[in-house]
Amino acid sequence: MKIGVITYPGTLDDRDAQRAIRLAGGTPVPLWHADGDIKKVDAVVLPGGFSYGDYLRCGAIAAQAPATQEVVRLAAQGLPVLGICNGFQILVESRLLPGGLIRNEHQHFICRDQRIRVENTNTAWTNLFEQDEEITIPLKNAEGGYIASAETLKMLEAENRVVFRYLDINPNGSMNDIAGLTNERGNVVGLMPHPEHATEAGFGPDTDIATRSGVDGLKFFQSVLKALVNA
Amino acid sequence: MSKRPTNVDTVSDAIANDKEQPWKELGLKQDEYQEIKTILGRRPTSSELAMYSVMWSEHCSYKSSKIYLRQFGEKVTPEMKKDLMVGMGENAGVVDIGEGLAVTFKVESHNHPSYIEPFQGAATGVGGIVRDILTMGARPIAVMDQLRFGAPSDPDTARVVHGVTSGISFYGNCLGLPNIGGETVFDKVYQGNPLVNALAVGVMKHEDLKLAKASNPGDLVILFGARTGGDGIGGVSVLASETFDSTGPTRRPAVQVGDPFAEKVLIECCLELFYAGVVAGIQDLGGAGISCATSELASNGGKGMKVQLQNVLLRDDSLTPEEILMSESQERMMAIVPTKDLKAFEAIVTKWEVEYSVLGEVIDEDRLYINWGEQEIVNVPPRTVAHDGPVYHRPVEYPKYQDALNANSSSSLPRATTPAELAKQIMAIVVSPNQADKSWITAQYDRYVMGNTALSMPDDAGMIRVSEETGLGITLATDANGKYCQLDPYHGAQLALAEAYRNVAVTGAKPKAVTNCLNFGSPENPGVMWQFKQATAGLADACLELGIPVTGGNVSFYNQTGDVAIYPTPVVGVLGVIDNVARRIPSGWQDEGNNIYLLGTTKDELDGSAWAETIHQHLGGKPPVVELAAEKKLADLIHGAAIQGMIEAAHDISEGGLAIAVVEAALRFNVGARIWLDEVLERDDLDLTAALFSESQARVIVSVGREDDVKFQSLCEARGVPVLRIGVTDKASGSIEIKELATFELNEVREGWAKTLPELFG
Repeated sequence: MKIGVITYPGTLDDRDAQRAIRLAGGTPVPLWHADGDIKKVDAVVLPGGFSYGDYLRCGAIAAQAPATQEVVRLAAQGLPVLGICNGFQILVESRLLPGGLIRNEHQHFICRDQRIRVENTNTAWTNLFEQDEEITIPLKNAEGGYIASAETLKMLEAENRVVFRYLDINPNGSMNDIAGLTNERGNVVGLMPHPEHATEAGFGPDTDIATRSGVDGLKFFQSVLKALVNA
Repeated sequence: MSKRPTNVDTVSDAIANDKEQPWKELGLKQDEYQEIKTILGRRPTSSELAMYSVMWSEHCSYKSSKIYLRQFGEKVTPEMKKDLMVGMGENAGVVDIGEGLAVTFKVESHNHPSYIEPFQGAATGVGGIVRDILTMGARPIAVMDQLRFGAPSDPDTARVVHGVTSGISFYGNCLGLPNIGGETVFDKVYQGNPLVNALAVGVMKHEDLKLAKASNPGDLVILFGARTGGDGIGGVSVLASETFDSTGPTRRPAVQVGDPFAEKVLIECCLELFYAGVVAGIQDLGGAGISCATSELASNGGKGMKVQLQNVLLRDDSLTPEEILMSESQERMMAIVPTKDLKAFEAIVTKWEVEYSVLGEVIDEDRLYINWGEQEIVNVPPRTVAHDGPVYHRPVEYPKYQDALNANSSSSLPRATTPAELAKQIMAIVVSPNQADKSWITAQYDRYVMGNTALSMPDDAGMIRVSEETGLGITLATDANGKYCQLDPYHGAQLALAEAYRNVAVTGAKPKAVTNCLNFGSPENPGVMWQFKQATAGLADACLELGIPVTGGNVSFYNQTGDVAIYPTPVVGVLGVIDNVARRIPSGWQDEGNNIYLLGTTKDELDGSAWAETIHQHLGGKPPVVELAAEKKLADLIHGAAIQGMIEAAHDISEGGLAIAVVEAALRFNVGARIWLDEVLERDDLDLTAALFSESQARVIVSVGREDDVKFQSLCEARGVPVLRIGVTDKASGSIEIKELATFELNEVREGWAKTLPELFG
C-alpha cells in the first residue's frame, strides 16, 4: 500500500512519518506541496512542522497548496488522511475538520510524553485500538489549543467524533481536553500529538519497562493499512 | 525609485587624498589603523576600513587569544589526529566516525546580543552555529545549549531566562533539529553578562565534505538566501569589543533578527546543492557578513575575487556599500559555483524559492576587488583582511585576590551533626535552582524530531543515531564549572573536560573529540588573561592526556560589567561514538532489585561544591583534584561492560555529589532504592557530609543485575577501578532509604525538585 507524505517548505517530521509508514509495513511516497498530482497514493499523511514558517495562521498557507487541494478533493471520496500537529492545523484550515487551533494557554512551546485515550476506534487510523485504550504519544507544539463553538463541540461529542482526549493534564488548554478529531465519514483524522514519534523502540517515549521503548503510535499506520486492505 | 547611494569613497579618492577617518569609533587601535595604511600604501576607503575593522575585531580575529589557541593544535599525538579530517581553523572540525561517515560539531557564544535582546540574540545564536555545520557539507542533526543566567532572585533574570529560552525554542524547533541537552546555571556573577552558548552537530559522508575555499579562477561567486538588510550592522565589532556600561547608548539595533523558516529552507536547499555536486566552495554569512565571506573564501583558496556589490539583493536599497559589507542579516550563504554548473544551481534554488544573485568571480590574482557600479571601492590582498590580522601578547598577571580566595577553604564551615540536619541539607540542594528539575526549560524544546534521538535531557548526555542500517551513533555532552575555574582556571578547565568525558562515557560511548567555547572577561585585564592562559593550557594538557583532540572552538571575551568579570567559564564539549545506540545506557534506574555500585573513591572535597554554595553561600579553597588516569580507566570499564550488556544504568557524580546523583537516578524513572554508606565511610575515611556531598572526580554510580554481581566486580578489579556496592534498587518502595540517615518519599522529592523553576519563572 502506498501512503503519501506531503512536504511543504518548513515541514519537519516528513522523514519521520515516512519511517513510521515503513515500520508499519506500508510504502511511503514523498509528495511535494507544489505538485497537484499526488501519485495515486492510497492514503496521505500531512506531517508536523512549520509549513511556510506558520507566518500567517498555522496551516493557513499550506491549506492553499496544490497538493493539499487535491487531498481535500480526494478526501471527499474517502481517501484516508491523517494530519499530525501542523497537519492537523492544515486540516482545520482546509475545513476538512471543524474548529481551530490557537496558541497554547500557557504561551510556551511544550514537548512531553502525553497520555491520551482513544475514544473512537471506527476511523481509518484507529481501528486496531481497543475502545478507550490509553496510549502515550509525544506531543510537541506551541499552537495546539483546540477551540470550537459550543454547537460544534456538542455536535462533535454527540457524533463521537472526538477520537483522542488528553489524560493527566491538558497540555495546551484545548476545549473538552480534545487531542484529536475525525470527520463524519471517519477517513480524515487530525491530532496534535505525534504518533510517528512512537513507532520504533529506542526512539519513542519512555515506558515503565525501558527507556524510550514506547511504540503506541505504530497502530495508527497499521490501522490504515488494514482499512485499505478491507476497503 | 532607487535610493541607492552614489556618493561613495573610492579607491582613487583614497589615493588622491588622505583624510581623518573614524577608525577609533569602529574599534580599531591607532597602530592597527597605521598597519592598514602600510598594507595598502594609502589610506583605506571607507568600505575597506569597515572590512578591516570588523575582520580585525576580537570576535573575528581572535587577536588576544590566538597565541594560546595554537597549543590545541600542537599538544597532540599522531594517534589523536588519526580520525581528524578537518582540524581547527575551519568553520567546524570534522571527525571520521567510521562506516564512511563523518561528524562535525562546534559550540559558539552569542552572549552579548542575548543580554541586549534575549529572544533574538539566542535565536540567531542557534541559527549561526547551524550554518557553520551546514557549511562543512553536513546535515545538521542536533543542537544543545549552554546557558548561564544571573541570580534567580534578581528582577532582571526572568527577562533574560524567558527571552533566551523562547528564542532557542522558536528558532531550534522551527528548524527541525532535536535539542538533546545542555546546561543551565544560575549565579549572580552572570547577572549583567549571561552566557548563551549554542552547539550544533552534523553528519555527512566523507565525500560530501565541503571547504570554505575559492580556488578555481572563473568560478562564480553567488550570494543566496535571505536578502541583505540593515540589521546587525557593526554588531560584531561593536558588540564584541566593548564592555557594557550603564552610560552608553542603547545598542538594540545592532542585534540581528532571525527567520528560522528561511534557514530551514536554506538547509534543505544547500544539502540538495551539495548532493548535486554543483558547489565548489561554500561559506555561511555570520559575523562580518560579506566582508568575512569574500575575504575568507579568497584567502583560503589562495586566490582573489572580483565582486560587484550592487548585485547584492537588498531589503533596503538605501544601504551604503559599507553597510552592505558589514550587514549581519541572517540566513545567507555564499557559494563558489563553476560556470558550467550555474544552470543546475539555478534549478535547485528556484525549486526551494530561495533568492540568489551572482556577485562576481574568482580570479587568479591575490586581490579582492569590490566595485560599486563603475567605481572601485575595495582593492586589498584578501589574506590581510581574513587571516593576517593583528596578534596581541596581552599582559598577564596573577590576580591579587587569588591567594586569599584559595586560602579560604570550606574546611572551616560547620557540618551537620544529626541525620535530620543532613536530610534537610540534601533536600535544600535538590530544590536549589542549579540542581532542580530543568524541564521547565527543556520541555520548550523538541527532542523528538528526526526520530533518531536515543538519549536526551535529563540523561547525562545526548545521543543520536546516525545510521539507521547499523545503529551507529554519536554522544555529546558539554560541561563547565565557573566556580572551579575561578578557584583554579588550569584545573577548572580540566575538570570541565573530565566531566564532559565522563558524561559521554556513562552512556556507553567512546569519547573521541573535543570542542570548546571559552567565555571570559576583558582581555585588557591582565588577571583575566592569566585565567585564559591557565585555562587553555589546562585544557590542552588534559586533552593530550586523555588522547582526544580539540577540533575547534570559539572565544568570547569582554563578558564583564565595569571591573567585574564573570567567572572564567570554558564550556567543553566532548563527542563520543557508539557502534550501536541500542547498547546505550540510561541515567536512571528501571529494574527491581539491581545492585547499585559506586565506582571510584571519594575524598573530602567540598571547596567550590554545591553544598558550600547552597548551605553556606561559600566559594573558596581549591577545586577537586583532577584524576585523568582514573577517568580513562572508568570510561574504558563502562565501555567494556556496556558491550557485554552488563550495566542497566549509569549516572555521573558531579555537582551535589553522591546525594544528588542518587536522587537523580531515582527520579528519572521513579524507581527508589535502599542505600548504605557505612563501607564508603570506612574505606575512604570520610564523614557523612563528605560522603554525601563531596565532588571528587572519576566517580559514577551504576546499577547492574544481581546475576552479574561477581562478574561485574571482577571486571572492575581487573581494570583497576575501585568498586563498592552501596545499595539496591527498590521499585515498590517509592522511596530512597539511606540507611541510618533518612527515607525520602520520591513523590515529595519530585514535587520540591520540579516546582523550583516554574515558581521562579512560571
